Amino acid sequence: MKYEVVIGLEVHAQMLTDTKIFCGCSTKFGSGPNTQTCPVCIGMPGVLPVFNKKALEFVIRTGLAMNCDISAYSRFARKNYFYPDLPKGYQISQYEHPICEHGHIEIVLDDKIRRIGITRIHMEEDAGKNIHEGAGNYSFVDLNRTGVPLMEIVSEPDIRSPEEASEYMKKIRAILRYLGVCDGNMEEGSLRCDANVSVRPEGQNEFGTRAEVKNINSFRFVEKALEYEIKRQIKRVENGDTIIQETRLWNSAKGVTESMRSKEEAHDYRYFPEPDLAPIIPDRAWIDEIKSSLPELPDAKRARFVSGFGLPEYDADLLTSERSLAGWFEEAVGAGGQPKAVSNWINGELSRLLNDTNQTIDACPLRPEHLADMLKLIDNGTISGKIAKTVFKEMYVSGKDAETIVKEKGLLQISDESAIEKAVDDIIANHPNEVERFRAGEEKLLGFFVGQVMKATKGKANPKILNELLKKKLT
Amino acid sequence: MELFSLSISELRSMIDKGEVSASEVTASVFRRINAVEGRIKAYVTLTGDKAGEMAEKAGGEIAAGRKKPLSGIPMAIKDNMCTKGILTTCASKILSNFIPPYESTVTTKLAANGYVLTGKTNLDEFAMGSSTENSGLHETSNPWDIERIPGGSSGGSAAAVAADECIAALGSDTGGSIRQPAALCGVVGLKPTYGRVSRYGLVAFASSLDQIGPITKNVSDSALLLNIISGRDRFDSTSAPVEAPDFTSFIGKDIKGLKIGIPKEYFIEGMDPEVDKSVKNAVRKLESLGAIPVEVSLPHTGYAVATYYVLATSEASSNLARYDGVKYGFRAEAGELMEMYMKTRAQGFGAEVKRRIMLGTFTLSSGYYDAYYRKAQQVRTLIKKDFDDVFGLVDLVVTPTTPTPAFKFGEKTADPMQMYLADIFTISVNLAGVPAISIPCGFTSGNLPVGLQMIGKHFDEGTILKAAYAYEQSTEWHMRKPDL
Repeated sequence: MKYEVVIGLEVHAQMLTDTKIFCGCSTKFGSGPNTQTCPVCIGMPGVLPVFNKKALEFVIRTGLAMNCDISAYSRFARKNYFYPDLPKGYQISQYEHPICEHGHIEIVLDDKIRRIGITRIHMEEDAGKNIHEGAGNYSFVDLNRTGVPLMEIVSEPDIRSPEEASEYMKKIRAILRYLGVCDGNMEEGSLRCDANVSVRPEGQNEFGTRAEVKNINSFRFVEKALEYEIKRQIKRVENGDTIIQETRLWNSAKGVTESMRSKEEAHDYRYFPEPDLAPIIPDRAWIDEIKSSLPELPDAKRARFVSGFGLPEYDADLLTSERSLAGWFEEAVGAGGQPKAVSNWINGELSRLLNDTNQTIDACPLRPEHLADMLKLIDNGTISGKIAKTVFKEMYVSGKDAETIVKEKGLLQISDESAIEKAVDDIIANHPNEVERFRAGEEKLLGFFVGQVMKATKGKANPKILNELLKKKLT
Repeated sequence: MELFSLSISELRSMIDKGEVSASEVTASVFRRINAVEGRIKAYVTLTGDKAGEMAEKAGGEIAAGRKKPLSGIPMAIKDNMCTKGILTTCASKILSNFIPPYESTVTTKLAANGYVLTGKTNLDEFAMGSSTENSGLHETSNPWDIERIPGGSSGGSAAAVAADECIAALGSDTGGSIRQPAALCGVVGLKPTYGRVSRYGLVAFASSLDQIGPITKNVSDSALLLNIISGRDRFDSTSAPVEAPDFTSFIGKDIKGLKIGIPKEYFIEGMDPEVDKSVKNAVRKLESLGAIPVEVSLPHTGYAVATYYVLATSEASSNLARYDGVKYGFRAEAGELMEMYMKTRAQGFGAEVKRRIMLGTFTLSSGYYDAYYRKAQQVRTLIKKDFDDVFGLVDLVVTPTTPTPAFKFGEKTADPMQMYLADIFTISVNLAGVPAISIPCGFTSGNLPVGLQMIGKHFDEGTILKAAYAYEQSTEWHMRKPDL
């Protein structure tokens, strides 16, 4: 039997505000334990939360970017549970009246666009951290992170495969980074994701029983964890076992999901409206102002790259995954680079070099106009495409422009027909067997002769001229 | 006349004229404390040394011509308001060792106005109760009869004012906790409009109901203190961005033509006949001063106590979750986390607090929320609407503050419902968020004070103070002192 997979994701994103959501403490990462705390965020008796307006602006920006309605009336609610990293014994979150609802984003898979619904986006405060190492029979609690503003982005159960889930996460991350509201770093925990997963026989309307998978703390694990969980569920169904509604933890070391608690053991969070904070009634004019200040977003940019530059959806999607990458591309095109060629170089050589040197595009030593100039040198026959790879790498390492490198390293393409002809004649003279075989019809040997000549000319022979000469001389 | 027996305004003029020094006033109050505190036990913590320093500082400022409205005035603070560096216990074992590293907004304002802190006063644990018998530390006696309770939860503050163990005090009022003890102790207690006074630093019981207010020897002192503690506070998002008038400007204005509503729901069966009589006499007195009594109806009054005990306990169950033994306060030793939580809270909280945490936990539970919490919120809206409607007809509502005078220790502790009914006339006011005062309006044959409650429109404490002062000045109840 064939099964359909149904996935909904809950993404927690730490907002890049300077201060915490309900007090003035810094949100800086990596300071000494409990150095960024005050009576408010450590839940002393009698203190009160005061809402950081920057967090509201950030979440409204996100909501608008994800095509949500911004609620005219929104409220905070308390989520009650006991845990040492939760100093008040409740988390200030949102429940009945989230700030954003009814949105969607688009993902691209196999050159096709899919729309994934966003149920809601709400704001909440982060919890602290329990530290179990070095405390003997006790545990330490670090409350620096307590009160760092989070937004929770909840998708509709519209996702149908682990690949889509991964694309969805990438798109969420791209949008958040475009907006400058979250750094999107999953490894440092500023972007986290929980997944609701179920399977159902293809064609069935009702959803299967779902399991919630938590602790997916790296991009690599989004697909892995979901693949495992889907296989597990299908196997159970096929064995005639029922799926238990439960919360499961992704164990990345073992590559499996493990049961954490069942529905019966689920917490009753006793949500109720937070009486210490007034309802949020965002000013419409302010929302319009935020809307008009939004940058061009990945989807719009992607569409523009497709229609304006004639790029395939796939290329456009890759290029627009980071605002600065798209910017780099546009600069290179603006400097005269042919769009598809620029895209190929970015998605090929450049991304490989960035990866190898562990750099981001923001710190890329290679200037976009240098790529455009290099492409011109290829087009006008100054260098060959093969040599260009060497030039490109050199540009990346030294920051120098292509022309300088070509001159310094003597990489100029040999387009002088007589010079190439001499090399061709030598090779033909030295390989009579191969010449005979070629003439006997073994045409693939052409590549052999090209290779030999290139070797002799250190790759600088103009391939077009070389090909013509070889064909002429060999037939 | 002893200095300790005087009001703020009386002492103000004596100190300003140089007839007495701030330190002499403070010394007098502490002599009084030494004399009667053994019988009253109004205080949880006395801050004699600090008071001496503050009085000296106030004296210096007066001498330097920098006199402030409270310069040298000794005041007591209910022990659920945080005072930096001074034990703040909420009369609970769970906070028995808690010394706040921060100051509440109200005490910051009092200090900026030159007050002298005499100490922190007793209360029902976490302000939950109507007799101060729920204090986790000790009971407080009513100065009019030390066999009787002073009311609660601000019983310590009301008793301290009535026994002249301070010149004035602050209390907090969630369902009557300023007005009820003020009535039972024969002093003036004002609960301002919700949002009028910052709650920052007030240890929360029920956040949507709690409000800090003054307990004083007369109405003009109440107006003076309200001037000082009122106002929007950036540390309390629920403090209202409403301009506060000079409340003392309402003192001494006549009340001719003032329409006073007498709600029929507040004159019920089971009410003490002497209380009933005193309140009705007070209405006649107001009429003689030019006020026009109008019978009105607040039809949802009968639901107030039930509504209150759902909402207040729901909020409390969450507000008190932070007392878990992890960060501060009492911690029971245990082998692991869950055991530590359970033992800490089982040993740290008293019976009434635990009862209310359980009630509130239940009413917020999944499956019960709609039937209890949500329904109670709807009723709360109706109760608020009752007041809105009545205030379309009248300027002020006048009722008894309590159905009975002070009762004896232990009389109602066995039956929580009986205790809850002690607040039957004060609770609606908190649900509606409107301001109300309790002022002395007579004595029973057993020489126990009776309180008159005046309820005003949102942010119209001025009209309350005007009428309360007019009544007070036409009677002598506020001049009587308990025989200690």
